[in-house]
Amino acid sequence: MSEQRYVSHAIRKLDAGALLSGKPVYTDDLAPASCLVIKLLRSPHAHALIESIRTEAARRVPGIEAIFTYEDVPDKRFTEAGQTFPEPSPDDRLILDRRVRFVGDPVAIVAGEDEKCVDRALKLIKVDYEVLEPVLDFTRALDHPVLIHPEDSYVAKPGIGTDQYRNLCASNLRGKGHVDEVLAQCAYKVEETYHTKAVNQTMMEPFTTYCTMDIYGRIKVVSSTQIPFHVRRIVARALDIPKSSVRVVKPRIGGGFGAKQTSVSEIYPAFVTYKTGKPSKIVFSREECFIHGSPRHEMQIDVRIGAAEDGKIRVIDVHTLSNTGAFGEHGPTTVDLTGTKTISLYRDLDAYRFQSEVVYTNTVSAGAYRGYGATQGMFAVESAVNELAHKMGMDPALIREMNIVRQGDLFSDYHGQRATACTLDQCISRVKELIGWEEKYPFVKTGPHTVRAVGMALSMQGSGIENIDVGTVQLKLNDDGFYTMMIGCSDMGTGCDTILTQMAADCLGCEMDRIIVRGVDTDQSPYDSGSYASSTTYVTGGAVVRACDSIKRRICQEAAALMELPPDQVDFDGNLIIDRHDPDHFMELSDLVNALQAGFGRIIEVTESNTSPVSPPPFMCGACEIEVDLETGKIRPLYYAAVVDCGTVINTNLARVQTEGGIVQGIGMALYEDIRYSPKGKLKNRNLLTYKIPSRLDAGSVHVEFAPSYEPTGPFGAKSIGEVVINTPGPAIADAVYNATGLRFRELPITAEKVYAGLKEIKGAEDADITGTHALRQG
Amino acid sequence: MLISFIINGKQAKREIAPDTILLDLLRSMGMKSVKCGCDTGNCGLCTVWLDGSPVLSCSVPAARLEGHTVTTLEGLQEEAAAFSRCLADEGADQCGFCSPGLIINVLALEREIEDPDVNQIKEYLSGNLCRCTGYQSQLRAMMKYFGKSQE
Repeated sequence: MSEQRYVSHAIRKLDAGALLSGKPVYTDDLAPASCLVIKLLRSPHAHALIESIRTEAARRVPGIEAIFTYEDVPDKRFTEAGQTFPEPSPDDRLILDRRVRFVGDPVAIVAGEDEKCVDRALKLIKVDYEVLEPVLDFTRALDHPVLIHPEDSYVAKPGIGTDQYRNLCASNLRGKGHVDEVLAQCAYKVEETYHTKAVNQTMMEPFTTYCTMDIYGRIKVVSSTQIPFHVRRIVARALDIPKSSVRVVKPRIGGGFGAKQTSVSEIYPAFVTYKTGKPSKIVFSREECFIHGSPRHEMQIDVRIGAAEDGKIRVIDVHTLSNTGAFGEHGPTTVDLTGTKTISLYRDLDAYRFQSEVVYTNTVSAGAYRGYGATQGMFAVESAVNELAHKMGMDPALIREMNIVRQGDLFSDYHGQRATACTLDQCISRVKELIGWEEKYPFVKTGPHTVRAVGMALSMQGSGIENIDVGTVQLKLNDDGFYTMMIGCSDMGTGCDTILTQMAADCLGCEMDRIIVRGVDTDQSPYDSGSYASSTTYVTGGAVVRACDSIKRRICQEAAALMELPPDQVDFDGNLIIDRHDPDHFMELSDLVNALQAGFGRIIEVTESNTSPVSPPPFMCGACEIEVDLETGKIRPLYYAAVVDCGTVINTNLARVQTEGGIVQGIGMALYEDIRYSPKGKLKNRNLLTYKIPSRLDAGSVHVEFAPSYEPTGPFGAKSIGEVVINTPGPAIADAVYNATGLRFRELPITAEKVYAGLKEIKGAEDADITGTHALRQG
Repeated sequence: MLISFIINGKQAKREIAPDTILLDLLRSMGMKSVKCGCDTGNCGLCTVWLDGSPVLSCSVPAARLEGHTVTTLEGLQEEAAAFSRCLADEGADQCGFCSPGLIINVLALEREIEDPDVNQIKEYLSGNLCRCTGYQSQLRAMMKYFGKSQE
């Protein structure tokens, strides 16, 4: 590989100019004005059977084009989850079903010429329901007498432990050694239960799709999606039409964070356009993004962890109960990361066990959200490690330094893989310096009723899914020697178009502006699994490197023939093809293309794909400093120090912004973002007034550094960055709150109300006994 | 009803329904920089200027435009260029969906407060939500734009 002029530099995003000048580049900006407007009539009940639907009056509203109910859709069940075939999520849904399974479940699709007539029609549809008992409490869903998916047409996938007659979407058990025996031998142990909620991605651009019929009678789906190729498969199956009849195009995306790894909105306009032949679109309101989105799986995680007298962690036992909601999207796969990514942070365990059940309930169907189960697992296990340290009277940083996975280690529970690139130890020591751990741990009193405290946590994730995820890159050499690089992965704002171009420019030894990057159109782009599982930099980046090597060989081959030399006697420096024995004998790349385009050889185009047998984890350490007001319970995040090992940093700006953004999303999950349901199963937090994501006043200041390792299987030594960065705030902040108040929170979010109530309770107890922690902090 | 107004420096007349919202009118006129992110006046994505002051166009009836001046990012391309460069240099554009609303509000802040300090900047822009960046890179871009040293 030649000199790096672009890789590891702060390169501007290629689309920055268009995005920052407000150009019409997103799905709804591009939708033809002639699109039929689609809205969905939604169930007011958490669980019911439709007895009758009367649409005649609604159909008579002027401007209404079509109304569809469960009687009009194919009866083949499918899943909206977008993962590589064979998709593990069960086929458990229809476009519209007679049984509705959550408040907000679509009952009818209404399409009309404008929003007004569609709104009128929605009000005129009359539905009679047989209201059924809902299953709302996920801790009671397994073997509940009420079944959520009793239908015969349900399709479970092999090997994931599904039992639809137990409300069980998936289950698993694995481990090593005798967990109970080892635990009994441990001098110190923590056995606790942790709970995280179904938080919402809240990407700024809502779910948006429009469809048109092309000149060949095929459906063109233009959508804000992370998974164009999977959308093609999902839409074809849902509509029961050949995949060749569907083309999916991804324009710019206004954020995804996993939400758009489920095809939440695509099937509705696809169905309307298929039935009517007319262009149609759906733009979810923010409320719909909440009540019919694809949020994080709510989880309850039992952790048992034990250590020897000296602090050596000997055993970790994780038992996760995951709530997949009404449908199973990403249910079987998210849960696994609560075990693999947490247990593998710690080395040389004598025993471990991971057990999981994923259950159906009558709540919003969950999906993929950045971190994908690791976030929930990390809150539980990293909190338990903090609790263990406190129990032992040991510094939580020290217990980690003693026990973490090191370069070269076999991971404890990671598919037999080794830590081939790991600087986690450096991440911890640098974070301690950045935050002033030694001076500030555990707390510093800052006022009559304010305390500042620190907390720490670790995180790891993956880089794509080993032996499954595929990235493909097609490179074409054009006139004057510029290249077109066709990619199939989705830039959703993260900047993968840019970083893949950086890599290609350095591989090809040319300026970035000589490479035109194009994604994604399933008719034109080479196949890619999609942008999820932290895969684009590592998996598709690997394909870039291969494609560049391949095209350089082709360039040398064609030029050598014209120069009448054997192919191995020429070198390509990016502009010139040079005779190795005679530097004055060379050919310019532009002359080569001109010659080839005039018939003196074969046109140069290459396609290379990449799959990795391993998924090297990025690592990080995060520590927060918060201030707690002991009178009001208010928690103010002041400072967050993060040091990340993502292998080689490809774009120093974009990697840093990914980290800062992930941390602040994690802070939102830790402190503010709550999802609550009414007793009848109606989701209460359905707008940005009641679901509070951090504003710039709530985030505190975030300081990010990198401790680069070199991953031998990664492009330029890179691993991934996108997901690992969201996992530390939950456990770090929970421990800082403990250090500030003595209150241990095992459920997120940790709101001021909860802290206030907890402090009040302690104070009540301590009025009788003045020696408690609260009195200490009140000073 | 027929309303006449000035949009991005040009006189315009439009026949609108009385319940038309400014956001929808602007998008229907091709001003696609104006985005809808929430429907409840919380996110700041639809920020435009009405007679030079920032408003949330999702919360303004279009009828109020009669005789007034509305400005969107499409009409501020030159004025916005320098701050946009600062954002791009920090990688703070990310998905870009919140950028037009943010940029137009930063330009309003610049006109309204002379030499703003970091707290004034954060307060003024607290209604401009962003889910990608965690705000840090945006703040760096603003500090650079307003000529402040970075702490």
